Amino acid sequence: MSLTAAADPMLPEPFGILRKRRELSDTFTLELEPLGGHRKFAFRPGQFNMLYVFGVGEIPISISGDPDDDGPLVHTIRAVGTVSDALRTMEPGGAVGVRGPFGSAWPVESAEGRDVVLVTGGVGLAPMRPVIYHVLTNRQRYGKVVILYGARTPEDVLFRKQLEQWRSRFDLFVDVSVDRATGRWRGRVGVVTKLIERAGFDPHDAVAFVCGPEVMMRFSVQALNERGVADERIYLSMERNMKCAVGFCGHCQFGGQFVCKDGPVFRFDAIRDIFSVWEV
Amino acid sequence: MSERAVPTNIRMIDRDGLDALIRDLVGQGRRVIGPALRDGALVTGPVASVDDLPAGVIDHQEAGGYHLDTHGNGALFHNVVGPHTWKRYLYPPVRTLWSARRAAGGLEVMADDAPVPRYAFLGVRGCDLAALRVLDRVLRDDAFADPYYSASRDALFVVAVNCTRPGGTCFCASMGCGPRVGEGFDLALTELPCEDRHVFLVEAGSEAGTALLAGLPSEPADRAALAAAEARLAEAAESMGREMIPDVAQVLRDGLNSPHWATVAERCLGCANCTLVCPTCFCSTVEDVTDLSGAEARRERRWDSCFTLDFSYIHGGHIRRGGDARYRQWITHKLAHWHDQFGTSGCTGCGRCITWCPVGIDITEEAKAIKNREGRA
Ligand SMILES: Cc1cc2nc3c(=O)[nH]c(=O)nc-3n(C[C@H](O)[C@H](O)[C@H](O)COP(=O)(O)OP(=O)(O)OC[C@H]3O[C@@H](n4cnc5c(N)ncnc54)[C@H](O)[C@@H]3O)c2cc1C
Ligand code: SF4
Ligand code: SF4
Ligand code: FES
Repeated sequence: MSLTAAADPMLPEPFGILRKRRELSDTFTLELEPLGGHRKFAFRPGQFNMLYVFGVGEIPISISGDPDDDGPLVHTIRAVGTVSDALRTMEPGGAVGVRGPFGSAWPVESAEGRDVVLVTGGVGLAPMRPVIYHVLTNRQRYGKVVILYGARTPEDVLFRKQLEQWRSRFDLFVDVSVDRATGRWRGRVGVVTKLIERAGFDPHDAVAFVCGPEVMMRFSVQALNERGVADERIYLSMERNMKCAVGFCGHCQFGGQFVCKDGPVFRFDAIRDIFSVWEV
Repeated sequence: MSERAVPTNIRMIDRDGLDALIRDLVGQGRRVIGPALRDGALVTGPVASVDDLPAGVIDHQEAGGYHLDTHGNGALFHNVVGPHTWKRYLYPPVRTLWSARRAAGGLEVMADDAPVPRYAFLGVRGCDLAALRVLDRVLRDDAFADPYYSASRDALFVVAVNCTRPGGTCFCASMGCGPRVGEGFDLALTELPCEDRHVFLVEAGSEAGTALLAGLPSEPADRAALAAAEARLAEAAESMGREMIPDVAQVLRDGLNSPHWATVAERCLGCANCTLVCPTCFCSTVEDVTDLSGAEARRERRWDSCFTLDFSYIHGGHIRRGGDARYRQWITHKLAHWHDQFGTSGCTGCGRCITWCPVGIDITEEAKAIKNREGRA
């Protein structure tokens, strides 16, 4: 008896880098295609892949492309350490390993008919972009759509051109805030939670998707609650160390949940009890 | 068909019968693994005949303590589990998952296609058989299956042993895992060394077990032997010195903010011994390595422990910085969150973590302490 490759969820598939785009000083987007030839990479908004750099390591990265598009697989990555730095040095023509897609998705179907509020911070806009694409493709199925985004400085505003395009549409409400203004920034300054207070949506029917640093999500949930959005209509994407993405390694545990297979997207009431406990 | 081939569920064999059993398993091309004496402890190792088994060896276990002794009756299984667990064979401490090499215009990934060993485990106790059922849930029967675990597990032959002499740190009875073995064995032995001759009752629990038993020199189990075995098992359950509080899962869920975590953290060294000896702890990490030329890379998986600081590292800092958070993670995972994740307890009451903790931290006592600090006692 021996093991067959097809059955091994730990085995990466080689993908080639088609294009690379610099987004910010430390953030870039890769477009990938299977080395075996083009194939639509089916995924749901919010899901992630494990990206492997030859001999260096493997990290979880959300898919930032359009789920309804047949084009390449798109990932937006902030270089913060060993593997993400190695990815940043890679160029078109290079190859990476891909496993996935893994994890739960933003519930874009059950949000139909309601107002949708997206609260994002930093590189957390990347995992939310598939939701924005999906909502725009199916715009008539949703009520008001609100995109709230917070970055550290104006230089850290991700997908700036796209945010401007979206903001110019009449059927989207886009509001951006920076923690610290620099240069010619004339927009809002302050934490993203402030934007929740003034955004126009029906708090008693809206669904909120929150993605960003854990503290930012904590305050966002509070601000959403204060406006009257119930926990059952708040979803957030959690981050924990991941060494497998398939439930074997135990690293991503968050109380009784595995972030890799039960998450990363959780309905807030499912994690409420542990979300406020120290060092879980 | 000869007389001895009449298939019945429970038969009786002697030492020679056990020897024939081991040799039959070896003859099937299996790697027979059983108790082995090494460095003053009973571990696991290859077994080729009954003479390899530790006759007359008994173990004394207590919180933070272990030593071996001998006993004149020559019993083979009057000892319990040592620091090894069966998971080391099905889920090895280090395993290369795959290798990769740079190829023209890309990258080539090669699966590990080494043959999976066909094991027979000899002397699997109730707690450890329960642990295999637990690992099955985690590594074989959940959303994703680990191919190596699944293949070696499916090929496994289990010779279980009912414990008639529980160890000093066992609490399997309160976990519902022993001293009588539960389901999942091919054959189960009950050793009866003190009667006028040294015999073993053998119960078949599978077709493979029935077939193997049918080929052994055996005789029908007599009523006296069956009664003696029952009495010994009942006594073993009675004499266990420890038990887990029955409401532990809820106690721990309610106790996440207990002041007791700081108390246990003052004693815990964070050495990870408890997770290494636990038969169900499955946490692992991966390491990506390259050869010297940089042309070949491979991924190794190694056992890991939630007691290490790096276990919970994410960019921006470690999640579980304190020893209190890490001990809490371990015990709540075992006894509470495992139920949410896999519909079963992650603890089988084997007592290893109690024996092998250098400072004698006792999982049953810590559970009680949380309960009492929470004012529920
Ligand atoms: C579900 C999920 C989706 C993510 N999506 C994105 C994304 O779209 N874009 C993006 O830029 N980042 C994303 N991240 C964060 C990204 O995985 C980390 O920045 C990355 O793992 C850092 O690894 P490193 O080797 O570069 O850094 P180091 O600091 O050198 O990390 C060493 C190791 O620690 C672990 N680790 C460190 N930080 C994290 C982390 N935040 N989450 C999980 N494991 C970590 C990894 O195993 C990593 O290899 C996501 C994380 C998760 C869990
Ligand atoms: S937690 Fe301790 S007693 Fe329970 S199965 Fe693991 S090692 Fe045995
Ligand atoms: S409980 Fe004991 S064995 Fe486990 S990490 Fe702490 S000191 Fe080590
Ligand atoms: S990442 Fe390994 S169990 Fe979730």
